[in-house]
Amino acid sequence: MILKALFAASATAALLLALPANAGQLTIGFSQIGSESGWRAAETSVSKQEAAKRQVNLKIADAQQKQENQIKAIRSFIAQNVDAIFLAPVVSTGWDSVLKEAKEAKIPVVLLDRDIDPSGKELYLTAVTSDSVHEGEVAGDWLAKTVGSKPCNIVELQGTVGASVATNRKKGFDTAIAKHANLKVVRSQTGDFTRAKGKEVMESFIKAEGGGKSICAVYAHNDDMMVGAIQAMKEAGLKPGKDILTVSIDAVPDIFKAMVAGEANATVELTPNMAGPALDVVAAFKDKGTVPPKWIQTESKLYTAADDPQKIYDSKKGLGY
Amino acid sequence: MTALLPRRGLAQILALIVILAVDRAVSPQFFDLRLQDGRLFGSLVDVLNRGTPVALLSLGMVLVIATRGIDLSVGAVMAISGAIAASLADTHGLPVVLSAALGAGLVCGLWNGFLVAVLGMQPIVATLILMVAGRGIAQLITEGRIVTFSSPDLVWLGNGSVLGLPVPVVIALGMLILTGAVVRGSALGLLIEATGGNARASELAGVGTRAMILSVYVWCGVCAALAGVIAAADIMGADANNAGLWLELDAILAVVIGGTSLFGGRFSLVLAVLGALIIQTMNTGILLSGYPPEFNLLVKAVVVLAVLLVQSPKLSGIAGLVTGLRRTKA
Repeated sequence: MILKALFAASATAALLLALPANAGQLTIGFSQIGSESGWRAAETSVSKQEAAKRQVNLKIADAQQKQENQIKAIRSFIAQNVDAIFLAPVVSTGWDSVLKEAKEAKIPVVLLDRDIDPSGKELYLTAVTSDSVHEGEVAGDWLAKTVGSKPCNIVELQGTVGASVATNRKKGFDTAIAKHANLKVVRSQTGDFTRAKGKEVMESFIKAEGGGKSICAVYAHNDDMMVGAIQAMKEAGLKPGKDILTVSIDAVPDIFKAMVAGEANATVELTPNMAGPALDVVAAFKDKGTVPPKWIQTESKLYTAADDPQKIYDSKKGLGY
Repeated sequence: MTALLPRRGLAQILALIVILAVDRAVSPQFFDLRLQDGRLFGSLVDVLNRGTPVALLSLGMVLVIATRGIDLSVGAVMAISGAIAASLADTHGLPVVLSAALGAGLVCGLWNGFLVAVLGMQPIVATLILMVAGRGIAQLITEGRIVTFSSPDLVWLGNGSVLGLPVPVVIALGMLILTGAVVRGSALGLLIEATGGNARASELAGVGTRAMILSVYVWCGVCAALAGVIAAADIMGADANNAGLWLELDAILAVVIGGTSLFGGRFSLVLAVLGALIIQTMNTGILLSGYPPEFNLLVKAVVVLAVLLVQSPKLSGIAGLVTGLRRTKA
């Protein structure tokens, strides 16, 4: 079986002269940010799966949230003459010189999950990212559709103040509900993207809004804050998912658990599969020289209780979220 | 001594009353209390409940600071103990979970105390090591994910209630009484203050300064571990990346607001806990106010500055002079 695969692989390699003959498969270096969140861990494990599916040799370097480590990793990938480099940039600036080195070595660079400063646009092949404004829109559209024409007071749990994801998810949601006069955000506070703060802020929202009776829906910029908010609602004697609608973003396993229990209504997925599209792009670029667009937007899929949350929970829980 | 205490606490009590009044102004239902499923429900309860972790941290921190030390690692210790508690919760009973988590805090405290008391490292550097490494250890335990559990015993520690009061509040109160009884019921408190006031002189006078320093760091570690267990129990999960993040600074702030000098030599447990409550009353008020979150930190900074200014000896000297003048005029 293995022999057969090896044979097939080397045969393809022989056919495609563009590929290095000694390896017989693509070798890609991936400079990952580090273990900053569960989503990041899931992205790493999905990247490994996607690479294995395509028989690509993926070398992952963990930068421990430091740009200098990422730059070192990229230099070492260049020295190893890899076929392509994936970069999940920890910050948006300061990449010009190292990306120029990659360009001079004719190694294409694909950005994953985050974009960099526009000054370096010609220095990378493409960026595979999600549109966080669009994520907010999907969440807002779902709520508008679900509520219909009833008046609805929404409370919002924002991400960390100043984080671009938080700003964008707020912007998208606001745009989506602006079309509906019956939807109104009555309170908005930051929950710092964490469960503990999400719970604390929701507790205060409930107190401030007459025990929560005037709240019709909660919108959280991530699922973790929503999990905390759901606990706060339950402790206040409210029924999340029934009395109060919930919609949040990320699609981490625990929100599906809440959905199974009927305590959460909807979540918008920030897919951890950024490497899949990136691998396809690199393969096409290496094979046929196809130049991809500068931005590949991943799908922001909406999940509700109708999507068999138990099954999704089971498929996601092993990914390291 | 007993006459001294109220005078020392006056500024803090006044600050708390003022902040409570502001909270009442921004949120008219602030003092409303009702029973919800057998537990008290209202913003005041939230203040007590959410203030618990920092109050517990400040109980240990105030003793460390009294010896002229500081412990930057308490937030990381919270993350470690929370991670241990959450990992064991569904497979072991509460006694095992608690002893493992608190034991970890004890070991962390011993490590800090060893570096400071035995190796003579500067406390801010010695505890910085565990502040950085500790969160990494916690992340190793949780493998970077949020470890959730459903053990009703542990959940009760975070969300249960005793006589209507949240369990964390009862635990913090118990710890305050216990710590107070141990350090003020014996000469221990005095020896700790002596160590902080002048370690060399105390040692020559026969005080076991090393043992004092070691024991305050151990107690600080245990308090932090307890806070970590409660924080994990509260959200039914251990979040190694965020549990206790920056809370060491809030704990130090609580101690300072409580009037304890960073130069050591004297301390007040009750005022440190009051300091923690002042911080939380302000936080809850900010959340209730409905102001945009961009103002949170600014408001906090201004309030803290005001509270500390009220306590400044120079300023109170001027204020005392002014009132004194008024009195003589009258």
